[in-house]
Amino acid sequence: MKNTKMSVEAIENGTVIDRIPAGLGLTILRQFKILHHGEAVTVGFNLPSQTRGSKDIIKISGVTFSEHDANRLALFAPEAVVNLIQDYQVAKKMHLTLPVTISEVFRCPNTNCASHFEPVRSRFYVKQQNGETKLKCHFCEKTFDRKSVAEA
Amino acid sequence: MANPLYKKHLISISELTQEELQLLLDTALALKKNPRSDLLKGKLIASCFYEPSTRTRLSFETAVLRLGGQLIGFADGGNTSAKKGETLADAARVISGYVDAIIQRHSQDGSARITAEFSSVPVINGGDGTNQHPSQTLLDLVTIYETQGSLKNLKIAMSGDLKYGRTVHSLAQALKRFGCEFMFVSPSTLAMPKYITDELDEAGCNWQISNDLQQAAEWADILYMTRVQRERFDAEEFAKIQGKFNLNAAMLKNAKPTMRVLHPLPRVDEIHPDVDKTPHAYYFEQATNGVYARMSILSLILNEEI
Repeated sequence: MKNTKMSVEAIENGTVIDRIPAGLGLTILRQFKILHHGEAVTVGFNLPSQTRGSKDIIKISGVTFSEHDANRLALFAPEAVVNLIQDYQVAKKMHLTLPVTISEVFRCPNTNCASHFEPVRSRFYVKQQNGETKLKCHFCEKTFDRKSVAEA
Repeated sequence: MANPLYKKHLISISELTQEELQLLLDTALALKKNPRSDLLKGKLIASCFYEPSTRTRLSFETAVLRLGGQLIGFADGGNTSAKKGETLADAARVISGYVDAIIQRHSQDGSARITAEFSSVPVINGGDGTNQHPSQTLLDLVTIYETQGSLKNLKIAMSGDLKYGRTVHSLAQALKRFGCEFMFVSPSTLAMPKYITDELDEAGCNWQISNDLQQAAEWADILYMTRVQRERFDAEEFAKIQGKFNLNAAMLKNAKPTMRVLHPLPRVDEIHPDVDKTPHAYYFEQATNGVYARMSILSLILNEEI
């Protein structure tokens, strides 16, 4: 008989971020301020994955990600899949596409960037350079790799 | 003629199209040949210098006055409401209600773009931190164009502090569009940043690093000198590099006759005064071109047709 027991409890309504590369779950939680919604969040780390050995998973009750929200995750986990859940069923499955711009999520790593001192939202242009994803700040025009933006 | 720069901000040299850049160059050289004193008649310009500047501020203010415009402003942010904590955003909303255009110099990277986003009149970036200095780049381009007759496929050597020098960053970004080739001569700790060399790679421009200033002078069509600031090094380190990036007349004996030495000024000892007397020296003419480049910017931004 097939074992249908889930490693992380199912949610009735909300969003499941699945197939996060193992080890990136905490980064996603922190960078995208997922706990700030104030809703119940359940996470699983290093869960068995049929395709990649192990994976992380995040389930957020009562919050529906838009396509825009989902695509922002592609900066860190382009392989992740975002499932919208209704009545315990997958109502929509979203594969991720790297966005052209990303706003609000990150602070500019350049401490002299005027965006830190003014009433503006951060804004980055996402670009591919030598096979790597880079972010260029709209204000100070400096280009950063994902890691320095994530750690800023 | 109608112009595409009318009522536009000038924040970053990279935002100008080839057509706009050419128009700015042509207008600067036309104004140099045939000065006009009517292009800013009836216009009031704010000159907002939150950090000290000599050449940029004086040449912008000269440009406004020579074009028949009027000025308000300040040369020291310490005497403004910024000292009380007023944001640039609020200052932009207020000042743009008074004037027809704002020229701004500020120490923070990206400050000109923020002012532009909150201003109801065009904003001209007079330098924002280590980021952009488009009017300096434009005067450099005017000077290169004037001395070489073209901006295409030139050999450009840059020497000195290539890490912190925003003039060399902006100039490289502008010249990459014209298929130029670059040689960078600097202490290794002050090398051209990777994000600039990555941009040159993307644009398909050749670039190389050299430790030999004389070799660079012989290779180049333009040798762009900048100052290595002593305070960037400890005494022992500075002793190792001292003089290595200083140019003298003897080093130019095998340079191309048309090669010109440029410098954004002020210089200290990186260009020996004996270079001044050679036909290669062009840095003082370059400084004079600053007025014409800025006259060109102001005229085109504030006149639908000129």
